Amino acid sequence: MMNTGRSARIWLIVGVLILALIAVSYLELSWAPRRLTISEVWAVIVGSDITFNDVIVLKINAPRVALGFFVGGALGVAGAVMQAMFRNPMASPYILGLSSGASLGAAMAMLFTISFIPYLIAVPLLAFVFCMMTMLFVYSVARVGSETHMETLLLAGIAISALLQAVVSLLTFIAGDKIESVVFWGMGSLSGSSWNEIFTIIPIISLSFVILAAYAKDLNALMMGDVHAMDLGVDVKKVRLILLIVSSMITAAAVCFAGTIGFVGLIIPHILRILTGPDNRSLIPLSFLAGGAYLILCDYLAHVIYPSMGILPIGVITALIGAPYFVYLLRRRKTEMGW
Amino acid sequence: MRIENLSFYYRSKPVIEGIDFEIEEGEVIGILGPNGCGKTTLLRNLNKNLNPKSGCVMLDGTDLKDMEKKEIARIISSIPQSNEIKFAFSVREIVAMGRMPFQEFLQGESKKDMEIVEDAMEKTGITHMADRYVSTMSGGERQKVIIARALAQTPKILLMDEPTLHLDISAQFDILNMVHKLSREEGLTVVIVSHDLPMAARYCDRIVMIHDHNIHAIGKTEDVLTQENMKVVFGVKADTVRDPDTGKIFVRLFDSCTSSEKRT
Repeated sequence: MMNTGRSARIWLIVGVLILALIAVSYLELSWAPRRLTISEVWAVIVGSDITFNDVIVLKINAPRVALGFFVGGALGVAGAVMQAMFRNPMASPYILGLSSGASLGAAMAMLFTISFIPYLIAVPLLAFVFCMMTMLFVYSVARVGSETHMETLLLAGIAISALLQAVVSLLTFIAGDKIESVVFWGMGSLSGSSWNEIFTIIPIISLSFVILAAYAKDLNALMMGDVHAMDLGVDVKKVRLILLIVSSMITAAAVCFAGTIGFVGLIIPHILRILTGPDNRSLIPLSFLAGGAYLILCDYLAHVIYPSMGILPIGVITALIGAPYFVYLLRRRKTEMGW
Repeated sequence: MRIENLSFYYRSKPVIEGIDFEIEEGEVIGILGPNGCGKTTLLRNLNKNLNPKSGCVMLDGTDLKDMEKKEIARIISSIPQSNEIKFAFSVREIVAMGRMPFQEFLQGESKKDMEIVEDAMEKTGITHMADRYVSTMSGGERQKVIIARALAQTPKILLMDEPTLHLDISAQFDILNMVHKLSREEGLTVVIVSHDLPMAARYCDRIVMIHDHNIHAIGKTEDVLTQENMKVVFGVKADTVRDPDTGKIFVRLFDSCTSSEKRT
């Protein structure tokens, strides 16, 4: 149930986001030293291209669009769920150190290749294991009784994040060129991922998204407090465990082939909550759509600002936008309206 | 509802031990005791928020242990102590959450649900602010919203944990008047946990006084709120006087007892 005003606004925003997604996808697909026109991109998509534009569009640009959409969507959803679950509007996979945890797992899987586990399974799996351990650590540090303390949660996240990033840096130093660079793990990148890698994470992200969206109503109850949720008949322990596992899963899938891209999970659900209200039944799907479109846009901006393909890491852009927003949230804390 | 020999331990330390009493249909019953005596723990055992170490809570002849949480939430609703809500849910959205125990997984609010929600807001007098955000409201207003949500659960039993804490005195009367009226008019059973002696005297039919993890006294309000009981359990010098007009009793609080007085 939503306010009548809110429910109309939600559909408006869905429309705007779909248009935005189409627009940024075109921009990203058309990116080349000489920008392709809409008709040229279209010709490639429908298969009537007679030039060699298909190499640019399908081999170089299309994977970035797909990866950007799913990674951005995953980060947006993970942020929305964590903010609700911890009742903390400043929680996000990046700030709580989960992205760093996942990247350590992924880096280790790439470095210590185990012969009997295929690379495409080992990387997301280890990313998930480390992400989950980080989540449990941060959560147990910040939890006192049935409350999680806002400041402790953020500080624990920052501390563990610094530690994990240091370990990742150490690994890249030891590994030489066997794994991705420090810049990749610290700032993320949408380039250089193969379709095999992308098609590995798409089902993980999609499945996690469906599960998280299905628990939206219980998440609403949890946003009021554990005791309130219990009084409404929610099995809080069970639901919380499921949410912890699945949000770690979606974060790990987003990070393992794209590195840590910060602040998407922070600002996307936050802005959407201002526009459409805190009901997770609409917020979670919207966060996916908006996160996906936003990350493709950020990747495009990374090209435009430094027009030498894929040199400027995407995390630079998301941090340039997201970090000031985080400071703004810290200053504001709570408006008259509430989060 | 029968509470039989109920004990709850926190890390092997007893919080309540061997509690035994019955809650009758349609009454307003107060569970009174000083802070930390285990009264909130007792309350949270009554809707399976906590599971007793031993003993049991019987609801219409069924042990709560054998009931689903959702099933219990259709019969018992509860108003927790803290109702701080940081997120900008509207009043109607919060009250609609009261219908959750009646919905299947993935199911939204039906038309009938929304009728019950409107009815609950009507009863608590908050219909005019249905579209306002709870995060902007005063403690008293928010308490009414939570009560409306509890009523949307169409409960037989309402549990209230320190309902007057953090509220202005006039809001305290508003809230308890409202709940008392619901009990008299609709036969709602109300269980109030509190340390507020004057409020309990005014609104409770019966009182259970908790002291040292156990029941110190139980019975009709005027029989339990004696000088002796209030001295031993709460450590205060207090007595009661009867209002000649209404026949109700009032608690007069004078002073705390000195430590030597407490011992005697």
